[in-house]
Amino acid sequence: MYRWMELGRLRISTSQRGKLISAGYSTLSSFSSLTPSHLARELMIPEEEAAQILKAASDNSRLDNTDGGQAIVNGAQTAWEMLHEEQLFPRITTSCADLDNILGGGINCKEVTEIGGVPGIGKTQLGIQIAVNVQIPVGLGGLGGKAVYIDTEGSFMVERALQIAEASVSDMSEYNDLLRKNRACQVNTKPSDILENIYYFRVCSYTEQMALINYLEKFISEHKDVKVVIVDSVTFHFRQDFEDLALRTRLLSGMALKLMNLAKTFNLAVVIFNQVTTKYTEGSFQLALALGDSWSHSCTNRVILFWNGDERYAYIDKSPSLRSASAPFSVTGKGIRNSASNHKRIKLM
Amino acid sequence: MAEKLIKEMGLPKSMANVFAARNITTAKEVLSLTEFDLMHLLDVGMAQVSSAVARISEVACPPYQTALSLMEQRVQKEEHGGHLPTDLKGLDEALCGGIPFGVLTELVGPAGIGKTQFCMKLSLLASLPAVYGGLNGHVIYIDVESKFSSRRYLKHALVISIADNIFPQKILNSNSFLRMIEIGVKSFPDLFKTTGVIQEMAGRILVLRPTSLSKFTESLQQIKESHLQRQVKLLVIDSMAAIISGSLAEISRIPIVVTNQVRSQTREEGCQYSFQVQRTEDPAGYDSHLVAALGINWAHAVTIRLVLEAKSGQRFIKLAKSPMSPPLAFPFNITSAGISLLSGIGTELKGAEINRIHYHGHSDIINFDGKGCSDK
Repeated sequence: MYRWMELGRLRISTSQRGKLISAGYSTLSSFSSLTPSHLARELMIPEEEAAQILKAASDNSRLDNTDGGQAIVNGAQTAWEMLHEEQLFPRITTSCADLDNILGGGINCKEVTEIGGVPGIGKTQLGIQIAVNVQIPVGLGGLGGKAVYIDTEGSFMVERALQIAEASVSDMSEYNDLLRKNRACQVNTKPSDILENIYYFRVCSYTEQMALINYLEKFISEHKDVKVVIVDSVTFHFRQDFEDLALRTRLLSGMALKLMNLAKTFNLAVVIFNQVTTKYTEGSFQLALALGDSWSHSCTNRVILFWNGDERYAYIDKSPSLRSASAPFSVTGKGIRNSASNHKRIKLM
Repeated sequence: MAEKLIKEMGLPKSMANVFAARNITTAKEVLSLTEFDLMHLLDVGMAQVSSAVARISEVACPPYQTALSLMEQRVQKEEHGGHLPTDLKGLDEALCGGIPFGVLTELVGPAGIGKTQFCMKLSLLASLPAVYGGLNGHVIYIDVESKFSSRRYLKHALVISIADNIFPQKILNSNSFLRMIEIGVKSFPDLFKTTGVIQEMAGRILVLRPTSLSKFTESLQQIKESHLQRQVKLLVIDSMAAIISGSLAEISRIPIVVTNQVRSQTREEGCQYSFQVQRTEDPAGYDSHLVAALGINWAHAVTIRLVLEAKSGQRFIKLAKSPMSPPLAFPFNITSAGISLLSGIGTELKGAEINRIHYHGHSDIINFDGKGCSDK
């Protein structure tokens, strides 16, 4: 039907496309069976270039065949395999059991999780907590990985990271004692080790943000033990003085795609933070996560942090596997923890 | 790094030429296009485009640091580990040592609550020598409202006599600095006995009174470019009427303090998500209350927010947003030595209380103060 459009979809340069058309090859099938040397002669181009065109053509036809009913396709997995694999990978705990519960055990690898909330709700705190928790050793049910922390707002506080790391180390040794009551086994992790395993990038413009997301693939292939990428927040540079909204949408969706790709290829968790905005719906102003509706499709999971009366709550707004639920959490001196609503706290105000 | 030109990024010669021919000179332009668009525009193959984009991304992306090296650097290179102590004990503890360098700290509160007083105290502290807990640096004080035009503080005889002798006319006009000197004299009597100290301290504080947004941006740009940048240890903007990017703070690693005004809000506009059950209007909810003048977008941009409020005749300073401390409230009052806390132990806050700005009994305080200072 749209035979002539096939060429347009090929990942080849404009001049190569022009040469193909002027040589009379208007459909894929018309030249895909040629040998590289034959095509090279026909188009009067070097053989390497011809081979490249043919490769692009075969890549393309392979994509077309995916719905052809063949079960074994490159890169595909059966649902059963996926289930099995998912169970193999531990999740990153948030240090708050209630929050872990509604997340199905914690932040999942291979997925992009978006977390949003009003200023001061604890987004950055949760980010630092995840960067610390990803380092819990495998022996203690963690991932034993490292973290990439991308800070666009400049709100990462290294003193706070140290506090959370210290609390995490003492929790770990406590847990370790419980686990091996008789054997004398020490946790040798020091808070400074935890800080050393957080790679911190400070991003000052959206250009840098785009560049960094592109570069991450290389960075992570050099640092294979990175198990979580945290972007705090994805929104900041895209909300300040951004006039070309079409460009914004395109850049954002490109970025989401790259992050998703990263999560899949390197088997790591991507956590991105978003800000909130007010939205006029059904006759009243309501809070909603920023960056608009098209962005809301780009993440696998979406968690909203909000104030419910006097307590902080997390709500699963979107997820393919989790049911929508909410759970309380609290921000303490040690980091994110279970809500302390059961214990009466002094309330003087 | 993102400002670097494409031709200096070490691309293969032919690629660099192709970019130049198409008039694409910066990383920003390249990264705003998809690879497919670039192929069309540059007329080169996929492989070359992807390797060029990868190279450009690598050069344009900022370098990384581990959190550990970040911490060591702060501790070694910066005064007080990267914090400006506020001289308010409880608050300093909650903030791990004071107003942090390199981030935006915001003060919100109704008129007359003491925002400017707080700013002046900070300016003074930043200009003090390190032995007195200061940063020994210059301060840029951007006074947008010029609100200290009243001659209220001039009656402090001590201050006037000092000021008359040594101050150039320019500074004498801004009475707020007399107030600052007064705070200094009361808080650090030893230091200020020495002659010449006041002149030096005051000389370090640069006041800007921009009349329009463009002039304001212009002077910020000048500060960025001037040789002064290295000596400046604090930037105060009183009050914030427009958004500036936090990048200035980041580049020069100094604390930036901005103040924000309040406006009244008549109903609970947009403070719930669509999935939350609409709460029944509480009976007291009809009267108007105060909120910060700049909206939620701005609130995301500041790292630390301090709310100054008055409740039942008592002033409170609230740590409403901070990545390193739970929300705390401290009672304070304003004395001749400036702002001082009544108690070093803060009360923890929860829920809506954190961002609410009370002003009950506020007018009493202001009136009381006004009486105390009015000309007699």
